[in-house]
Amino acid sequence: MDFRTDIIVDYMPFFIKGTLLTLGLSLAGIFIGLILGLIIGLGKMSTNAWIRFPFVWYVNIFRGTPLLVQILLIHFGVVPLFMSPSNPIVSAIIALSLNAAAYIAEIFRAGIQSIDKGQMEAARSLGMSHIQAMKLVILPQAVKRMIPPLGNEFIVLLKDSSLAAIIAAPELMYWGRAAQGQYIRVWEPYITVAVIYLMLTLSLTYLMNYIERRMKTE
Amino acid sequence: MISVKHLKKSFGDNEVLKDISLDVKPQEVVVVIGPSGSGKSTFIRCLNLLESVTGGHVYVTGKDLTDKKTNINEIRKNVGMVFQHFNLFPHKTILENVTLAPINVKGVKKQEAEQKALALLKKVGLAEKASAYPDSLSGGQKQRVAIARALAMEPKIMLFDEPTSALDPEMVGEVLEVMKQLAKDGMTMIVVTHEMGFAREVGDRVIFMDNGYIMEENEPAALFSNPQHERTKAFLSKVL
Repeated sequence: MDFRTDIIVDYMPFFIKGTLLTLGLSLAGIFIGLILGLIIGLGKMSTNAWIRFPFVWYVNIFRGTPLLVQILLIHFGVVPLFMSPSNPIVSAIIALSLNAAAYIAEIFRAGIQSIDKGQMEAARSLGMSHIQAMKLVILPQAVKRMIPPLGNEFIVLLKDSSLAAIIAAPELMYWGRAAQGQYIRVWEPYITVAVIYLMLTLSLTYLMNYIERRMKTE
Repeated sequence: MISVKHLKKSFGDNEVLKDISLDVKPQEVVVVIGPSGSGKSTFIRCLNLLESVTGGHVYVTGKDLTDKKTNINEIRKNVGMVFQHFNLFPHKTILENVTLAPINVKGVKKQEAEQKALALLKKVGLAEKASAYPDSLSGGQKQRVAIARALAMEPKIMLFDEPTSALDPEMVGEVLEVMKQLAKDGMTMIVVTHEMGFAREVGDRVIFMDNGYIMEENEPAALFSNPQHERTKAFLSKVL
């Protein structure tokens, strides 16, 4: 088997551009997903069944349907309602954020609920409001426990951003497919793309390990 | 100080407190004893609304806790609580555990709160542990910190929910010693405990609870030496 490195060299500027967009999509997804996820997670823990209901179903729907379907629905169905023509990068960020929020909401909920009930009781018995107790006592402890599953979720999100290629968002996978189409070669573009994804996820792994260690020693 | 009128508490179909009435005077030390499942812990937790109340009224420092308009956070500033399992905040140092509520709830300045906390830690014999984390402390030390943490809010009433039940036997004494001192200083205290020696020595009044009712109450000497009720006799014969 011959391996034509010249194809990789030719396409390198596009791969680099694509990698930057992949990073951009992932960071936007993580950032928006964290904010939405916290709100949804807290909503899901409400003692009021009527408040809980929409949040429970948000998670059910976004976790229970394929991300690919969500991307297509959002890009061709939802975004055109307020943007014409719909921008694939915008659509990808919306879909990734909404999808990640469902998983992150569950991570938040599990983290908060894993803290012993006595912590909340002790905080409340000292006169703290529920919000103060959350902020000062529960969340600082819960966040430490959320780091490993959040790291997991970020890695999944980064890899899933490759699905945005289907709506022609020019991220890393999109350029991999373009190179494959242009040269009718399989190994060179896809191995390169895979290696770049691996480098990104490994960096993320080590970053999360570092954060985990830092929080443990604090 | 505290006035409980016909308090009822149910968990679903399970009626844990059936009809409890009790008045506690300032500076009084009331010790609550009784078999497990008798409702003593639930009762003491109703006094700062850690458990919601199903029926009746609970007045603390004149305010009715069952009134929706009562701001429970205001009441809790005046009612300290010590738990069986300490419930110290593991992510905070001992000093931070004691200063957290005064700073954030009462708005006390950090420096002032720390001075006060150190004085309290000294009082419970743990000043040298100020910068340690709860994990490095023994059970008895943790409970003494928990008492200091509650006292830092300068409460008018202290509730103790089986404060020595989770301790190794050799550590019970040091916690009871702190509680005795507190009683001597004139704190109003309600103590759920199995320590009959403590009840006899420190209690102004002992309450025997069984099956969701107060079966009998009296001065400690009278209750221990001359119990009136069959249930009280049976219980005391097992624990004394």
